[in-house]
Amino acid sequence: MTDQTLAELSNLAIYSAMVVLTLAMIADAVYLARLVPAREAAQEGARERELVTAGGAAEADASDAASALDEPATPVGRDAEPLGARKAAGIGWTLTVLGTVLVVAGVVLRALEVHRWPLGNMYEFAIFGAMFVLLVYCAWSTRRDLRWLGLFVVTPVLLNLGLAITVWYTDASELMPSLRSVWLAIHVTVATLSVAVFTIGFSLGVMYLIQDRLETATDRPRSFMSRLPDARALERLTYGVHIVAFPMWTFTVIAGAIWARQAWGSYWNWDPKEVWSFVIWVVYAAYLHARATTGWKRQNAVWIALVGYGCIIVNFAVVNVFFVGQHSYSGL
Amino acid sequence: MSARTDVAQPRLGPVGWLRWTWRQLTSMRTALFLLLLLAIGAIPGSTFPQRSIDPARTTAWIADHPTAGPVLDRLGFFEVYASPWFAAIYLLLFVSLIGCVLPRTRILWHQARSAPPRAPRRLDRLAAHREETVDGEVEEVRERLRVALKRRRYRVHAHDAETLSAEKGYLRETGNLVFHVALIGVLIGVAWGHLLGWKGDVIVPVGKTFANTLSRYDTFNPGPWVDVNALDPYTITLDRLDATFETQAKSPGQFGAPRDFEAFTTFTDADGKSEPRSIRVNHPLETGGGSVFLLGNGYAPVITVRDGEGTVLYSDATPFLPQDNNYTSVGAVKVPGAAPKQLGFAGFFLPTGVIDDQGPHSIFPDSADPQLALTAFEGDLFPSGSPQSVYSLDTASMTAVPGKDGADQLRILLRPGETYALPDGRGSITFDSVERFAGLSIRTDPGKTMTLVASLLMLAGLVASLVIRRRRLFVRVGPGPRPGRTVVSVGGLAKDDDEGMPDEIAAVLSALEGTR
Repeated sequence: MTDQTLAELSNLAIYSAMVVLTLAMIADAVYLARLVPAREAAQEGARERELVTAGGAAEADASDAASALDEPATPVGRDAEPLGARKAAGIGWTLTVLGTVLVVAGVVLRALEVHRWPLGNMYEFAIFGAMFVLLVYCAWSTRRDLRWLGLFVVTPVLLNLGLAITVWYTDASELMPSLRSVWLAIHVTVATLSVAVFTIGFSLGVMYLIQDRLETATDRPRSFMSRLPDARALERLTYGVHIVAFPMWTFTVIAGAIWARQAWGSYWNWDPKEVWSFVIWVVYAAYLHARATTGWKRQNAVWIALVGYGCIIVNFAVVNVFFVGQHSYSGL
Repeated sequence: MSARTDVAQPRLGPVGWLRWTWRQLTSMRTALFLLLLLAIGAIPGSTFPQRSIDPARTTAWIADHPTAGPVLDRLGFFEVYASPWFAAIYLLLFVSLIGCVLPRTRILWHQARSAPPRAPRRLDRLAAHREETVDGEVEEVRERLRVALKRRRYRVHAHDAETLSAEKGYLRETGNLVFHVALIGVLIGVAWGHLLGWKGDVIVPVGKTFANTLSRYDTFNPGPWVDVNALDPYTITLDRLDATFETQAKSPGQFGAPRDFEAFTTFTDADGKSEPRSIRVNHPLETGGGSVFLLGNGYAPVITVRDGEGTVLYSDATPFLPQDNNYTSVGAVKVPGAAPKQLGFAGFFLPTGVIDDQGPHSIFPDSADPQLALTAFEGDLFPSGSPQSVYSLDTASMTAVPGKDGADQLRILLRPGETYALPDGRGSITFDSVERFAGLSIRTDPGKTMTLVASLLMLAGLVASLVIRRRRLFVRVGPGPRPGRTVVSVGGLAKDDDEGMPDEIAAVLSALEGTR
């Protein structure tokens, strides 16, 4: 196949993925919407159960402390869900997997087209990142029930792919000399993976803050949120995801420094990209620090994590395009 | 608020105040505040041009903003990472860090050397707890649990006959401390490199030899503790420089983009041993004491100036500095030996030249149609005697040589091999050929190994502190409802909400499988 054909196929795969993911997003939204009536019906039953278990405080504690990352945190099991909701979730999951396969195909075809590791400009970072978010979500889904998270993962991915194909799209090109290094595959891949995990952490953090506000509200409004894991569980998931991403980001910065010495002669130049990578690192370190600080509210700690994600967005969307520096590889 | 003032407050003496300040500084809250401040403080360095990175852009920015520029300059916004306030933030942060690490190290040291604490009376009060009645004598059951705990790498200690105290995961705190201490290591490594490292830049045309002595450098930035007269006496001869540019791509911005640069050199070390070595981007030449990076390149047209009798006054490969991506380059030729007045030429070298209403400029970085566009001046080249750039002409004490056709400025356009006869017997100037030059940057950073090792330790410590769990388990055994039965109670105390504790207890109790 010629490069031209590969390029067309790659773009076709990305466009198809966007269509499929849009449908997945709708199915995931339908799933959440259909959960609500079930809640109403289940409420009576739940009240009875509460009375039964009221004496066993220790038991409640034990189940509360169920492993955050591996065990289902949805309060009501699959069987208690209305059939419509279960169907929608099934469709959403199938479409998400299909969308993931298509994005992977888009990235692989792009790599074949450009004859190098496909992380040389903003378009490639964006589709690679979308691929990682979806892969992380799919892999994690095989270990626990994450159907409730689908909508909040697919939506940002879709937004990112949309921006990638319209605003950041760059025709295939060779790399400039400073990018020709094995460190491109190491440094940028880990950076992208780390950002992908941070993205899921961001979604969870936002959900936690909403859930927390709903739980403390005196008159709790009816919404699908009451069928999602409770605030405590969401906060733990947020933390669990961030402690995976943070060491990867640390590695990204170290690998970047090693590469910077190879390419530019000095491992740290305070280039705008380096400044923002440093800022991101410090802000997420502050999040972990805040979470470990007694007397600091978990909500405030999560806010710091959200600010960290804001810095990631700045580092990608603003620094790449508008700041003058040595990392000017946007291809725009 | 009169009620408040009535409260008798303890009086703090000077020592008390010092202790209070120290406590405040080393508290987690202050550290958190300083971390956030560090993040905010770093940002201006990316939004304002920095003198250490791009001095020309910094000067231009200050000139463009006559009100804000000087104020921000005084506040250090153009040298953020060397400014006193940025240093204050990170130094306070490190003091706070040390103040936090020291007591924690002492505590960990004591904990690691002393036995896990005595089991609490009521294990069911602990966050995770399980009680079972199993077959077996009390002592036998306890022994089986002791073995099970040891197998799960717990430190086990029996304070009395009915209990076991077990603890593991000391590496969590150790990792956390390693992380923090390694951060100090990174800072020391960076400071070490700053004090004892140096960098120098030099432009070497093809065919020329660079000797590593201070006087040969175009710019040289030594750290405060560097002995500038003790540089390794090696030489580098540039034999050839290959440059490749994009000629296939159709998309804008890609045509003419650089693709590869390679400098072929002969490296002669201090002992006089020579060997061919190549330098490419991402592949520096390691000299032993430092590294030579190929960070720039450009053109050095070979220019010869003769006097009226044909005697050569000047003949050299003269580097012209590239100004844009298509290598429109500027430079100067200075001929102090010309008589009766010294001669100087300034202008452009264009690898693929076009001269239109935009003035002389190049449209492609490779030398497809090299041209030299110069103007000539005569007078005093070095009026003040002070050092000046070799790439520009100081025309303060010079006058333009008038054109032959009566124009007030002589304009010379040369292609390789062409000679231009200067008016009124001033001689001639010849553009012999085009050579390339390599912009080499030579750097040493003795702190870099330390920084790297400390960073990797930091990463390892970080992973350990996030992955490893600190767990305490307590076992209490007692006689069961009938002889031969034993009641086992296991309680778990986890630090920093550990959701795996019930599983852990279940796993320990599985050692009693088959005796229930």
